[in-house]
Amino acid sequence: MINLINLAFKNAKEKKRPALLTYTVAGDNTKKKSLEILKSISKDVDICEIGFPHNTPIADGGQIQTSAYRALKNGLKISDVFQIVKDFKKTKNSKPVILMGYYNMIYQYGENNFIKKCKSSGVNGLIVVDLPWPENKGFAKKCKSKAISFVQLLSPTTSKERLKNIIKDSHDMIYYISMLSTTGGKLKVSPKQILNNYNKIKKIDPKKNCVIGFGITEKTIAKLRSADGLVVGSAICKEITRSLNNRQNPVTNVSKVVAKLRNKIS
Amino acid sequence: MMKIKKNIPLIDQHDKFGFWGGKFGGSYIPETLKKPVDDLTKEFSELRKNRSFIKKRDFYFNNYIGSPTRFIKLENLSKHLGGAQIWAKVVSDANGGAHKIYNATVHALLCKSMGKKYIVGDTGAGYAGKMLSMAAKKFGLKCKIFMGAKDIKRQKPNCDAMKKNGAEIIPVTTGSQTLVDAVSECMRYWVSNCDTTHMCVGSTVGPNIFVKICGWSTAQISRELKKQIKIQFKKIPKKIKLINCVGGGSSAYGFWSEFIDFPKSQIELIGVEAGGPKNSKLHAAPLSRGAKLGVLHGAASYVCQNNEGQINETESISAGLDYPGVSPIHCFLKDTKRARYTYATDEDALNAYKIVTKYEKLNPSLEPSHAFAEAIRIAPRLNNDTVIIVNSCGDAKKDRDILKKRLGKRI
Repeated sequence: MINLINLAFKNAKEKKRPALLTYTVAGDNTKKKSLEILKSISKDVDICEIGFPHNTPIADGGQIQTSAYRALKNGLKISDVFQIVKDFKKTKNSKPVILMGYYNMIYQYGENNFIKKCKSSGVNGLIVVDLPWPENKGFAKKCKSKAISFVQLLSPTTSKERLKNIIKDSHDMIYYISMLSTTGGKLKVSPKQILNNYNKIKKIDPKKNCVIGFGITEKTIAKLRSADGLVVGSAICKEITRSLNNRQNPVTNVSKVVAKLRNKIS
Repeated sequence: MMKIKKNIPLIDQHDKFGFWGGKFGGSYIPETLKKPVDDLTKEFSELRKNRSFIKKRDFYFNNYIGSPTRFIKLENLSKHLGGAQIWAKVVSDANGGAHKIYNATVHALLCKSMGKKYIVGDTGAGYAGKMLSMAAKKFGLKCKIFMGAKDIKRQKPNCDAMKKNGAEIIPVTTGSQTLVDAVSECMRYWVSNCDTTHMCVGSTVGPNIFVKICGWSTAQISRELKKQIKIQFKKIPKKIKLINCVGGGSSAYGFWSEFIDFPKSQIELIGVEAGGPKNSKLHAAPLSRGAKLGVLHGAASYVCQNNEGQINETESISAGLDYPGVSPIHCFLKDTKRARYTYATDEDALNAYKIVTKYEKLNPSLEPSHAFAEAIRIAPRLNNDTVIIVNSCGDAKKDRDILKKRLGKRI
């Protein structure tokens, strides 16, 4: 079977640009709208990260928190998240989808059930924010056995020894957190410094696809274009909030933002 | 089967991943926090074996916190209830008026020894925040306290104290605007600033190392109590009941730690959670009202949550107990059946406060008033040879606005 995540990186590389990954929260601001947003932006996006919202997020900044609370307030359930992925995949079958969230929701669903449901809905990868290595070894193995990529996270505080071990245990993609921050923080280190750290990671295993996330906006994305992939999340959530506040359609506005992001790295 | 080992402090009875009983605790943290948590773990494990650090700790416990706190018989209350003898360990004698000063002092010492100049912490009732601000001032650290906007309103006296100590209070306006949100926001702040800043978790909750540090700090309470009991009774009496309120569970662990190895038939441990308003569906009693195991703030414990794993809102008159999770150590004590957990409603606690203050020169805050409610409930049915000891772990000064409103009482 073709690995869609690897394929997405390969396609982007052929076009000499980084893969563009977007993060949106399932059900923000409604189930219908979040699906429409996904469908609309997918022409410019290589991999869609979809958040399953939790009401006690310990690593998310204000923008993503707002999106998550909005989705939950509208009654979003985990079954809806899977339904959104399923519906999205009906029309965009080749677009890889990575679910991202906090461990308690997987724990309550049951690890095996959760993975099974991911599989049947068409999820290609998983990011679990608060399940670090080596605690995640068992779960990551389970994911792999069902051909779901478990995405390991790395941060500027990760020691060299840890980097090596984590990369060794990683699957198709690794995620480098650009700085010490929750999501959506202002970029407080220079893109040069970030790429410096990124290159150290690539040196350990050049074959692994490594994306950079946290603090990436229209302003900063071009400077990081030498990476394998770049993730934009809070800037998109912020645009949804802004659109709703101005009584505008978030679908068209978010699509414009994503098109611009893509333009900057193409 | 899950079992408690003897002669090893409970805080050290976890596996290599930090789980008590194989399933409570752990460290469910973002990758960014792995290193600061590992650094802290290493620092703490070295310092707790270091004689000069212990000496320093004891110096501040004695000369700054004011150990030992009193152990007194509540003669009038015992007579009024006409059953068991009721005693109190008056931990609210401690500098600042509550047990939170032990953990705050130790964290400030750790922060200093790690060479960090900034310290942040969460607070519910405001005591953890007040004490951390005191300790920060004492040791020359810059301090930020995260506190739910709802709690800032209802615990004003403690907020005033924090400001006076030079701490910055960061109001948290997300979610239910109480302790649970304050802890989340504090952890988020730490994620962004862990290179320069030390985080103090205000109770025996959070990632494994914070449970350990807090438990190690509050254990001072039971070390004192054990000595005091021996002096008072010549030997440890045959029937003792140690009653303590449980929010996160730091004062209860500290009150019990020296007595866990005793047989249950001799020393019963009773934890009292916040049952919330009498007719409300909301409560903050995950242990006594059968909450499911879940992951909150970096640890697995029984958590008030829905089927999906979203954390429930809680409700209690006592800000210090108003928390959906509980220490993994208490989950372990519950499942090994070493401790018994029950709850008292807001009304029970208010009523207990009224009774205690009517008969005794003691002014327990709403948190220990929950414990007194259980003592008052069971004492009349017991004989005079049973010794009930309640940890009066906080002073009611901070509750003056609530008490005035609910009881029309000026304190």
